[in-house]
Amino acid sequence: MPELIAKPALEKAPLTLGTCRLEAVDLGPITSVALFPGQEKAMAKALKPLGLSFPDPNSLSAKAGVQLVWTGREQAFLIGVTAPDFGAAAAVTDQSGGWAALRLSGDKAAEVLMRHVPLDLRAAAFPPGRAVRAPLGHMSSVVIREEAGFLILIFRSMARTAWHEIEVAMRTLAARA
Amino acid sequence: MRVAGKGLIEREKPVSFTFDGRTYAGFKGDTVASALLAARVRVVGRSFKYHRPRGVLTAGSEEPNALIEVVGAKNQTPNVRATVQEVFEGLVTRSQNRMGSLRWDLLAVNDLMAPFFSAGFYYKTFMWPRAFWEKVYEPAIRRAAGLGSLSGRHDEGHYEKAFAFCDLLVIGAGPTGLIAALTAARAGADVILADEDSRMGGRLLSNGETVDGQPGPDWVAAVLAELSSLPNVRLMPRTTVSGAYDGGIYGALERVGLHKPARPDLPREAFWRITARRAILASGALERPIAFPMNDRPGIMMAGAVQSYLNRYGVASGKRVTLFANNDGARAVARDLMAAGVQVAAILDSRANASAVENCPVYLGARITDTSGRHGLRLIEGHHAGGAFKLETDCLAMSGGWNPTLHLTCHMGGRPRWSEELAAFVPMEGAVPGLVAAGAANGTFTTHGCLAAGHAVAEAALADLGLSPAKVALPRAEGLPYVVEPLWAVEGKGRAWLDFANDVTTKDVKLAAQEGYASVEHMKRYTTQGMAPDQGKNSNMGALAVLADATGRAIPETGITTFRPPYVPVSVAALGAGGRGMGFAPQRFLTSDQASRDRGAPMIEAGLWYRPSYFPKPGEATWRVSCDREVAMVRGAVGVADVSTLGKIDIQGRDAARFLDLVYTNTFSTLPVGRVRYGLMLREDGFVMDDGTTARLGENHFLMTTTTAAAGQVMRHLDFVHQTHCADWDVRFISVTEAWAQFAVAGPKSRALLNAVLDQPVQDFPFMACGAVQLGGVTARLFRISFSGEQGYEIAVPTRYGESLFRDLVAKAETMGGGPYGMEALNVLRVEKGFITHAEIHGRTTAFDIGMEKMVSPKKDCIGKAMAARPALVGPERQQLVGLKIATGTPPCSGAHLFTVGDKVGREESQGYITSFAHSDLMGACLGLGFLKNGRARHGEIIRIVDHLRGLDLTAEVCDPVFHDKDGEKLRA
Repeated sequence: MPELIAKPALEKAPLTLGTCRLEAVDLGPITSVALFPGQEKAMAKALKPLGLSFPDPNSLSAKAGVQLVWTGREQAFLIGVTAPDFGAAAAVTDQSGGWAALRLSGDKAAEVLMRHVPLDLRAAAFPPGRAVRAPLGHMSSVVIREEAGFLILIFRSMARTAWHEIEVAMRTLAARA
Repeated sequence: MRVAGKGLIEREKPVSFTFDGRTYAGFKGDTVASALLAARVRVVGRSFKYHRPRGVLTAGSEEPNALIEVVGAKNQTPNVRATVQEVFEGLVTRSQNRMGSLRWDLLAVNDLMAPFFSAGFYYKTFMWPRAFWEKVYEPAIRRAAGLGSLSGRHDEGHYEKAFAFCDLLVIGAGPTGLIAALTAARAGADVILADEDSRMGGRLLSNGETVDGQPGPDWVAAVLAELSSLPNVRLMPRTTVSGAYDGGIYGALERVGLHKPARPDLPREAFWRITARRAILASGALERPIAFPMNDRPGIMMAGAVQSYLNRYGVASGKRVTLFANNDGARAVARDLMAAGVQVAAILDSRANASAVENCPVYLGARITDTSGRHGLRLIEGHHAGGAFKLETDCLAMSGGWNPTLHLTCHMGGRPRWSEELAAFVPMEGAVPGLVAAGAANGTFTTHGCLAAGHAVAEAALADLGLSPAKVALPRAEGLPYVVEPLWAVEGKGRAWLDFANDVTTKDVKLAAQEGYASVEHMKRYTTQGMAPDQGKNSNMGALAVLADATGRAIPETGITTFRPPYVPVSVAALGAGGRGMGFAPQRFLTSDQASRDRGAPMIEAGLWYRPSYFPKPGEATWRVSCDREVAMVRGAVGVADVSTLGKIDIQGRDAARFLDLVYTNTFSTLPVGRVRYGLMLREDGFVMDDGTTARLGENHFLMTTTTAAAGQVMRHLDFVHQTHCADWDVRFISVTEAWAQFAVAGPKSRALLNAVLDQPVQDFPFMACGAVQLGGVTARLFRISFSGEQGYEIAVPTRYGESLFRDLVAKAETMGGGPYGMEALNVLRVEKGFITHAEIHGRTTAFDIGMEKMVSPKKDCIGKAMAARPALVGPERQQLVGLKIATGTPPCSGAHLFTVGDKVGREESQGYITSFAHSDLMGACLGLGFLKNGRARHGEIIRIVDHLRGLDLTAEVCDPVFHDKDGEKLRA
């Protein structure tokens, strides 16, 4: 019986420039959870064991390394844990392999990312607990605020372009110093 | 020459640069213009049309004359304003718009022909012979006219784009902007202060005034020190806010590296999009020239510029300077010059009743009527209250008053208001929502007034922002009123320039009026006034005043042309930063990408994806050989192709089937679980949007497949339909294109190949079945579908296993006499089978056209159904999908038109066109798919193919579009 070998979306060594760091990360399972009409209570019940609640737009709910990130109308991504049984409360779709995750950290992270994302990502306007669907250059992304920077989800097929564009922004900003 | 003890340049930091091959010395803080003036270089450019020698006119971004080329290792930038370009060690510049040397420009012959080159000259002269325009006249005119030249190579410089946000954007860092920024910053507002100069301070760096008893530059330095110490302030020097747009968004161009030697990763420029809740326009004012005869000689400069060169750069613009002005403010220029030891020949005040008390001769009621000095001003002539005069002078500082720099307030359609008192246009309030003009930009021309205005508008902005103001004491400053008496033009024999950059004179404007171009917009286009790189900053006011005079109207009645973004030239390289070459669009890579490249497959772009074109084997000289082998391989054994690029949409919910019935023409609610159905989707206008298969994975769970090309469009369409037609339905969908890697396995040995990799062999798995299978413990999805006409499957695994499965499938396929196939073979296979792609459903074809009108279910409604039934969209007059059998060996002729044999070959006789083409070894012919008028009734007819582009004239037999396995026996095998 042949074994299939799993491969990550991006095989890149972390890049550090000044205080800014870019790395590819493995988030474990990613599951889209799309709430069906009128299923709020059932959803809340299903999420209770995880200590999560269904997030409002542009935000997330997190506990013990597991997060539920708003990604669209009545839709959120459960990241970092195998999805529990949501019964008839939600349409559940495995998205694990479809997204590449990049972590950008350091005190210039917001400045770097604002080369490509047309949103105010500075801590005052976009604190931890916030997450948005946003264009990253010409790509569609999910940007999640973390304490030390950002977690960026990008289509797996475009991961190389995303890495390249963020790397260029990092180098460009560093060259200004 | 330099004046000891003057200027803000860093004299301890000498810098050398070249201009036209000669090396010049300057200091850090100099512009090319100030350094050249210091070296007594008077001619720095040639004018646009007459090629007249020109010198530096201004000290800012509005400069019309001193346009130079900056030459770098990787780029050559034309039309750079020498008054903006800072010097740095190794800077290479040269003059432009000349033939031969700058001093002896051969095209200066144009100047002698000036009497003929009036406005409209080209329109009148080059009308005949008509054919001469394109071949003779236009190239000659273009050679003689125009400004800088391009290298003809790509600009490989590095550029940047960025976004910024703030509570308050302050545009301009003169006294108004500085006090406004300080007021807002102390109150805790998030402030961006942008100024186009390399050094902030505006006129306070040049006008010699004191603020709070200290020299202007010292006060500026203290304010900037405080601002830069505050975390809520971002200072953006060298940043020109170039446009005001909807939603409080401003475009801004930052010169990041243009003042430094190039180094890797350092951007030359950055284009910013700044979103501001409030904005203050403190952009100051522009001094305006006076159109007196022969006013364009090198050495004739703006008075404010002469003052800037003296006080900021420590440069005397002449040895013996004359001032010609119509206002009080300009007197300070003469006083500063005299205090610095520069001789002032005279003050020529155009007003009859101004003060005559100065430490130099003052002539009232003065007019200059002629000047001399080909390569630099020597002499001026004119008359004043006391009679005629002739004055030897090498620098004339002129001031016709000031125009508020209100351009940004007009970017959203606002028109400025005429102020009789200032003899200038001032901004209309509220012209740009959230933006307020203040200080000189609003017609306040004293430093005291500017400080007070800046403070007041900042406090108003703070109130808007819900912040309480902190205490900012208003500093003491000069407040003498600005008194001006308009003087636009002086009559005389010689030409009097209005627009130096485009060589437009008062005569041209009068001629425009005389010939009926009396509207200011028509005059502008007829004379080209205001259409040069300075966009009329120096000439608009004067030109419209002359036009008003010529047409007997008042200035406000005459109106002003529209100011549009950008305020200064913005390089396309900055706007498109990062978009050159492969940066143009994201690249999407398949999981099999490396495996395909390892096999030498040339990759072609399909949408944003890179897909293998074919897989060459040793000895295969052309793509055709590889393609034909791959086709035969699929028909005879088994082939593997990565089809992950097709859009995949997961649809769930109790109303999922109902939703599919709405978006597809055919019915999906009747599809059994574990089966796949082909579906056709229409746009709302009734034309075909996309086709594909949808599998029913569970009672309330479907997987839709779209074409690669329309994957995004279909997803958007579903969202649209859901939100606008059935938002309350119990249906949810999400793209899973990226979550699954999917491979086509096609050919008579396809089942054998699958069984070699599956944990449990497939037994009873009929055509159009689907289901879950196991592969090395991984759950995969198997679909019995075919785009080749052979027995075929598609197998999907989670993306992370894609590369592994592709390599395994290909290796096993090769053992079985098969292998991978690329896009070329895929195309031949589907053309042989008569399967359509977006070459056929290209947006102008209907279900009827492609022969699928029976797929539009009569039993239910669907998106586009009503519109598809419109009379002109069905019937024999429609061009219908047909197959074409063409002689083998024919070159590709997609796009060729079809004609009835014997008909004239003309646009109106065209019967249709070819959409797809393939060389088919199987059919022993070349095959085409195409659309032919009433085509389904014309099978068997011989049709003529004409391809003007490729020079082809052929015939073909019209037939059914399905060439291979018409009854689908192989598919179902």
